[in-house]
Amino acid sequence: MKKYFSFFRLRFAMGLQYRAAALAGIVTQFAWGFMEIMVFHGFYRADASAFPISFSATVSYVWLQQAFLALSAVWMLENEIFDSIVDGNIAYELCRPVNIYNMWYSRNTANRLSRAVLRCFPVLLVAALVPAPYGMNGPASPGHFLLFLITLLLGLAVTVSFNMLIYMLTFFTISPQGLRIFFMSTMEFFSGAVIPLPFFPDKVRQVMELLPFASMQNVALRVYSGSMSGDEMRRAVFLQVFWLIVVTGAGKLLCRVAEKRITVQGG
Amino acid sequence: MIAMEHVCKSYRIAKRNAGFGEACKSFFHRKYEVIQALDDVSFTINDGEMVGYIGPNGAGKSSTIKILSGILTPDSGDVFVDGRIPYKNRIRHVREIGVVFGQRSQLWWDVPVIDSFELLKDIYSIPQFEYKESLEELTELLSLGELLRSPARQLSLGQRMRCEIAASLLHRPRILFLDEPTIGLDAVSKLAVREFILRQNRTHKTTVILTTHDMQDIEALASRILLIGKGKILMDGTLEDIRKGGDNIDETVAELYRSLDI
Repeated sequence: MKKYFSFFRLRFAMGLQYRAAALAGIVTQFAWGFMEIMVFHGFYRADASAFPISFSATVSYVWLQQAFLALSAVWMLENEIFDSIVDGNIAYELCRPVNIYNMWYSRNTANRLSRAVLRCFPVLLVAALVPAPYGMNGPASPGHFLLFLITLLLGLAVTVSFNMLIYMLTFFTISPQGLRIFFMSTMEFFSGAVIPLPFFPDKVRQVMELLPFASMQNVALRVYSGSMSGDEMRRAVFLQVFWLIVVTGAGKLLCRVAEKRITVQGG
Repeated sequence: MIAMEHVCKSYRIAKRNAGFGEACKSFFHRKYEVIQALDDVSFTINDGEMVGYIGPNGAGKSSTIKILSGILTPDSGDVFVDGRIPYKNRIRHVREIGVVFGQRSQLWWDVPVIDSFELLKDIYSIPQFEYKESLEELTELLSLGELLRSPARQLSLGQRMRCEIAASLLHRPRILFLDEPTIGLDAVSKLAVREFILRQNRTHKTTVILTTHDMQDIEALASRILLIGKGKILMDGTLEDIRKGGDNIDETVAELYRSLDI
């Protein structure tokens, strides 16, 4: 366990080192957040009653999404891992007494957390200070806030498990390009990163909420503002745990198959 | 003890001729060629031996090293390293070995070398006092000193290679696999690395298997030579067996490769 924590620590420390990237990220998140809120504002002005959740809940959703983007963005993959598979540096990783899956899992989690730590506070601070209705509201209750934190971390775990699946499949395709494009566009759409899931038509939404992608960012962002009922929240957390187990299991299985038939590229 | 018995390993390689027409053709119908990287390879190496593993490019040297270090699984045959089957229980196996791939890097690119070392310490669960002892010894022998505090990306090739070798030895492996460890090193670094490998072998009784194209490495280090060509072991002997008269060692080896048609 200690070795995986060391990976975590080193990757975390490394992430904190890139200050310019963090600054650029914060600026992007602000610009993106404001833009999205403006677009929703326009829609709500046309007919607020047509929307399933209130405008202020939507605004909180957008700000939280931007603040914790590094935890839930499916596209935040580690190029170094792809490179090591494509150019054969994986040889060194296989010479270590560590489980490849667990090692990369801790690495990815650390990378995301370090980015989130650097970026979330400025975004949250400003979002809280922006006047209503464009600013972020507090959580619905302390209980909701606690559940928000739990589901946020569960969502992070599911997201990393999905990323692991992409890394593992790269062992078989060699080039990660196609996989990345396919998984990114699918996951972005179905996880509610483009349009929040409550905004989909009921029949579509009901199916989408059962898919593993809904267990990524959707749950935490909606729990926060209290727009889910008790039963809905219970079901959502159950699904998160369920998908976490399934996706991680599939990834570990793939990892075992890949290790057996590995070819180290480039001599 | 290391034993390989009748080991075979083949790779499937997609091949086509040059040109756009050929590229289109291979889009619909791809031709694969099976390359026999290792063809019935058998040898044993005893504890504390220093073996030079030589052969022309593409002979199967690196494939052997990768099978012995548990990275690749052979198609057939048996491999035992101190009684372990490397590719069956990889994690248990790699704890006991050290590997250096001369053309790859194991150091984390953006952080000081010492951080990579600390990580290795945790990965191999090296006790603190043992780690300190190893680190001091390696720092002195490979003159790492100030290098440890620089990020790996800002080291020169030779400086980095010395750090790489140190990184592979922190956990005091009983067996050391060196895949072209002196590639791209200047004369001083080369001598330092050779001297160091010799010392490791003498003082710690480390078994060393070394692949290289630098025949002076072999002259300086290897008491035994395994010659591989086209996936087959062609010779198992000493340097004296292939040397004739006062010929330059490179010419001798080139002559040998030609005469064996490999």
